[in-house]
Amino acid sequence: MSASPHVAVRNLCVTVRTPEGEPLRIVDGVSFDIQRGDVLALIGESGSGKTTIALALMGYARSGAQISGEIRVGDATFEGSGGATLAAQRGNRITYVAQSAAAAFNPSRRVIEQVIEPALIHGTATAAEARAHAVSLFEALALPNPKTIGSRYPHELSGGQLQRLMAAMALITRPDLVIFDEPTTALDVTTQVEVLQAFRKVVREQGATGVYVSHDLAVVAQMADQILVLNRGTVREQNSVQAVLETPVDDYTRTLLAAARPVIKAATPQVAVGEPLLSITGVHAGYGPIDRNGRAAHPVLTDVTMNIGRGAAVGVIGESGSGKSTVARVVAGLLAPTAGTVSLDGEPLAPALDGRTREQLRRIQIVFQNADIALNPAHSVGEILGRVLRFYHGTSGDQARQGVAELLDLIRLPAGIADRRCDELSGGQKQRVNLARALAAKPDVILCDEVTSALDTVVREAILELLAELRRDLGVAYLFISHDIATVKALCDEIVVLYKGTRVESGLRDTYAAPPFHPYTDLLISSVPELRTDWLTGVGLQSSAPFANLHESPDLCRFVPRCPVAIAGKCDVAPPPLRLMTAGNSVLCHRAEAELIRMHP
Amino acid sequence: MNVTSILRAVRRLPISGKVGLVLVLFWIAIAAIGPFIAPYPPGSFANEEVFAGSSGQFWLGSDFLGRDVLSRLLSGARFTVGLSAVAVTIAVCIGTGFALMAAVGPRWVDELLSRAMDTLISIPSKIFALVLVAAFGSSLVLLTLIIAITYVPGNFRIARSLAVGLVRLDYVEVARARGEGRLHLALVEVLPNMIKPLFADIGLRFVFIVLLLSGLSFLGLGLQPPDADLGSLVRENTSGLAEGALAIIAPAVAIASLTVGVNLLIDAATQGKAR
Repeated sequence: MSASPHVAVRNLCVTVRTPEGEPLRIVDGVSFDIQRGDVLALIGESGSGKTTIALALMGYARSGAQISGEIRVGDATFEGSGGATLAAQRGNRITYVAQSAAAAFNPSRRVIEQVIEPALIHGTATAAEARAHAVSLFEALALPNPKTIGSRYPHELSGGQLQRLMAAMALITRPDLVIFDEPTTALDVTTQVEVLQAFRKVVREQGATGVYVSHDLAVVAQMADQILVLNRGTVREQNSVQAVLETPVDDYTRTLLAAARPVIKAATPQVAVGEPLLSITGVHAGYGPIDRNGRAAHPVLTDVTMNIGRGAAVGVIGESGSGKSTVARVVAGLLAPTAGTVSLDGEPLAPALDGRTREQLRRIQIVFQNADIALNPAHSVGEILGRVLRFYHGTSGDQARQGVAELLDLIRLPAGIADRRCDELSGGQKQRVNLARALAAKPDVILCDEVTSALDTVVREAILELLAELRRDLGVAYLFISHDIATVKALCDEIVVLYKGTRVESGLRDTYAAPPFHPYTDLLISSVPELRTDWLTGVGLQSSAPFANLHESPDLCRFVPRCPVAIAGKCDVAPPPLRLMTAGNSVLCHRAEAELIRMHP
Repeated sequence: MNVTSILRAVRRLPISGKVGLVLVLFWIAIAAIGPFIAPYPPGSFANEEVFAGSSGQFWLGSDFLGRDVLSRLLSGARFTVGLSAVAVTIAVCIGTGFALMAAVGPRWVDELLSRAMDTLISIPSKIFALVLVAAFGSSLVLLTLIIAITYVPGNFRIARSLAVGLVRLDYVEVARARGEGRLHLALVEVLPNMIKPLFADIGLRFVFIVLLLSGLSFLGLGLQPPDADLGSLVRENTSGLAEGALAIIAPAVAIASLTVGVNLLIDAATQGKAR
């Protein structure tokens, strides 16, 4: 193709002013071309300027920021900071798919009206034409009931469906350029596959030109033709996807690639001696009023059992709504179970906080996902850590100061950070402090609730490394909760899979390397994007489940409505048995071992 | 907080904040030293002429009885500023204290306090004051208490909604899981994070109290003669309104500058910190 590129960006700079009033370039001299029908991926850590660049393409910058450079999209050219020229193109020639579709839709209007709105505002089509086009887009995006789905309200749809509807909204004006800003980051892996497949299909069919912003190389590999690797606002490498994945030339790209493939952290294999440190036995828990049978109005956990040995690391995985965080809350005493017990060293713990002794509380510490809200913004790092030392160990004065310094050393942060407030720290530093607060109690077990989920891949690697090291040096045990099976595999020697509050599978890490798996585990594992361009094509569209409309019952297998291998007359009538496989993992399923191996896709 | 950090904070205030700060400092100074620099005793009939205009001898003229307006203003400011400050402090301490109890305490405490506050808020403040003054007679202490009680529920509602939101955050959960007592949760984990919006509320309430006090005095329920706060000065000189007498304009301007000053300062201070 000899024609000039469809999108051309030359020397794009975005400048903001620091609080001291000095100019700071957050995007510095970025140039790239996109051919018609191609997708360019912008990849980098948070703070690399990838979203800023994507927004600058729309002529938008945060207040106070200045855009300079030349941007040409289709026939529209603009130079310097004349953002108004591009602003007129927004939502018409250039459209945007945001990360959180759930927050981007107006909850009080039907989705079809919102989807066709850009076409009506810019006058590119009549309402009837736009509606017809929308239905064809819904079809292309593999949305269920494309003719009628538009008449629903956003709260009636799932996150994955809303994300696809938002893509339909972006494509309704047949734009010259679509910007996808981390559109699948907030989705579960199993949903992400469906959405990615839909996006790829629609982008190819419509011949749309796109910019795909993401931090996840494996996702990008499925979607893009070209990759632009960014770090601190500058281009590190630009090449075809294949070339970036196979022969990266830049060091930073290599770091990103390495972090995208978490390696198993060398942890001493635990020999189970005597009784477990922490055992969770037949726990039922939920929210809302409790009925006569002792069931909560909104049950979250059903009969969950697991053991954690001294110094062991047990991973809990599942998608959102699987009840994995509730397990941690029950163990920590923040939520009293409706049935079942949690015991520490064989001694049953009181269900709620009030009944537990300070010593028991000290031995179990919880670390939350989001360090931004898990650390009190009114206190300095030293105060946060010092309080725990004083509370559990009675240390104060110089001794406490020394204790804080030791803790900071343990998590590889400079001692000077003790006087800083948490909002002055980076995301990775905050998460380390969050971890140090738990360590300050000198606990036996730390409940890690998605502690690496909000972090960039490179930072996540470092935190996982730290966790493995602490376990080796201090002998602390982990209950490690995550939605990402790769992260769990990297750290834990035992893994429990939760689905809608039931434990569907549990076993040692190695048993998750090859089938037999529970059908849900199978789905989870096969949904994790791999670092090769043909992965998405290889994943077969999930064959439809035979009992898609079966009403869920607490006794039956909860996965039946989504299970591709459910058996009529068995799965829909009787509760599944817990089967012990030869590899040592136990699976809650009607299917026998041989069948599970055979049915592995 | 040392002197340099205060100076730096002052320098960072926007112009409106500096204006507010100057006005507030001016009124605090007047409240402190006013009576000592007043040229005449506040009750003395210094001028033969009533509602006299400004002159070298009487800077702000004379009032309806021929008393020196400047002297009465200087003596009256301390009642308005002092009484309002004490009343707002009492109101905020009670309101925020109850709010924290409601937020960290068991559910029934929250229900009990919230319903009690709803009851209190439904009583019109001026009628409430009228009844109490009629029953117990007017005194400075009673007046302060009436005003404080009137403004407890408003502060309680704002502080409670702030605290209830904060109590659900992870850092409070962590402290709870650690086994911290309710007092620690309320004072160490929750309170420091609601200070900024609370100060905005204090500023607003201070202004309301100045106006309520002026209103009560205007109705004759406030300070009793010969003492007079800024509101009473406006009331007793209403007959001069038709002539545009300085005696009524001066205290009205004084009330306005005090309330505007406090608001400007608090707005600027809370916005600056939220950055």
